[in-house]
Amino acid sequence: MNAISPREAALSVRGLRKAFGGVPVYDGFALDVKRGDILAIFGPNGCGKSTLINMAAGLLPADAGEILYDGRTVDEVRIGYVFQNYREALFPWRRAAENIRYPLRRMGLKRAEIERRLEALAADFRVRFDLNAYPYSLSGGQQQLVSIMRALAVEPEVLFLDEPFSALDYETTLSLRTLLQQVLKARKTTTILVSHDLEESIVLADRILMLTRRPTLVADDIAVDLAWPREAATLSAPDFIAIKARCLDVFTRAVAGA
Amino acid sequence: MVPAGGAAGFIALWWLAVLLRLADPVLLPSPLETFNDTAKSFTQGPLLHDLWRTVTRTVLSFLVACAIGVPLGLLLGAKESIYRAVEFVVDFFRSTPASALFPLFLILFGVGEGTKIAVAAFGAALVILFNAAYGVMNARRTRLLAARVMGASPLRVVFDVMLWEAMPQILVGMRSGVSLALVIVVVAEMFIGSTDGLGQRVIVAQSLFESGLMYGVIFVAGALGYLLNLTFLLLEKRFIHWAGK
Ligand SMILES: Nc1ncnc2c1ncn2[C@@H]1O[C@H](COP(=O)(O)OP(=O)(O)OP(=O)(O)O)[C@@H](O)[C@H]1O
Ligand SMILES: [Mg+2]
Repeated sequence: MNAISPREAALSVRGLRKAFGGVPVYDGFALDVKRGDILAIFGPNGCGKSTLINMAAGLLPADAGEILYDGRTVDEVRIGYVFQNYREALFPWRRAAENIRYPLRRMGLKRAEIERRLEALAADFRVRFDLNAYPYSLSGGQQQLVSIMRALAVEPEVLFLDEPFSALDYETTLSLRTLLQQVLKARKTTTILVSHDLEESIVLADRILMLTRRPTLVADDIAVDLAWPREAATLSAPDFIAIKARCLDVFTRAVAGA
Repeated sequence: MVPAGGAAGFIALWWLAVLLRLADPVLLPSPLETFNDTAKSFTQGPLLHDLWRTVTRTVLSFLVACAIGVPLGLLLGAKESIYRAVEFVVDFFRSTPASALFPLFLILFGVGEGTKIAVAAFGAALVILFNAAYGVMNARRTRLLAARVMGASPLRVVFDVMLWEAMPQILVGMRSGVSLALVIVVVAEMFIGSTDGLGQRVIVAQSLFESGLMYGVIFVAGALGYLLNLTFLLLEKRFIHWAGK
């Protein structure tokens, strides 16, 4: 396990417990995420990945345990959350730009600062489509990009992404992935990414957490020491293949075999 | 063009029935006679005033209904447990013919404008409330969560998300509500202490055997209902641009 000193941790989870209808999902779960790291969470369906980040994001109460952001509760920090289903997460009655401005208005920022952030995001993500369009007139990839921009606009201490690319085609996923890693690394945003795609997890993450079936435990905690930026060539690098092999091995032993 | 064709066909049939003397001319005047009687009542008689009174009453009761039905519906929809508790009462009174409530409202509001507006508003408010509540209950959960994560207060969530999520359904409720308000207002004008309004004019025309005028007023009432409905359909189309997309 990677040792993370309390001062380095952007997020720490201790003694987390959660059960649905008496069936435990988490029973004494702990996790530290280092500031600036991208952590990928990988695990079987129904093991509680969404439940974990929803509790961390304050969308779902935990039964017991504590989830702290550098000593503060989720209500005291700014977080970002990107939902899997962008269609149901954006506000279709607001234009794309207005969707991105929404959390900034809630923060009470000045107009000039709001516009500055919007423009910076549009430049970072090389947005070429019209941000004054309504979300439903954009493609799926563009809509999810708007969701990501909206979540990043608040400059979150931790960004949560719940299977953000699973509804998109491969080509769109690849280009969004590339953009996202550039922006996250440039901004040093602490990120927790839930993914069902092992390759994607390795390419995007500094660290991968493999979870078991319920009651959920950490099957393995793997550091991904590949150089940034990670490009197409990364996928065939020996290091990458070694990590993937280790992940698959853990997966078959601890998850599929259980 | 098709609706115009249908209307022309209807008038042609009517005229044919008159020419063939299928009914007593006192009961079934010709379209032309009906048109002339109605036009005369508009220009020289009280019909324009009656139309105005009916429109005012309908709009007034509709506004009262919206002022009660929309906020209450949002509130009940947001707290589903409360809605479940009052659902039966809402459903029951929504299914009760509003006209059966006239005597009760007469006791409460006396013979006059108050009663007509109150009954119509009551009926329409229930329809609007019911639709608003369902609109909120069917709001996409993800959007509510998204707003919360972005730091929206509970009140903000109501106005920035729930209201918008429910908007298509609220407009459907308003469309049914305004039609119902018109129905109730016209009935009220017939039977509870009125001297004007389309309902009153129909009854008076009938009792004076002015059948041309009577048909004319019926058509005016029909046109009014149709236009109200059309207005809301157009509003839905223009305003709820994101629906179904
Ligand atoms: N609101 C709820 N009520 C009851 N059970 C729930 C609820 N939410 C989640 N669960 C259960 O808790 C478990 C974990 O759910 P969760 O959605 O976190 O899984 P997941 O790892 O995100 O799965 P997936 O890969 O399918 O997204 C599942 O077995 C699910 O059935
Ligand atoms: Mg999930």
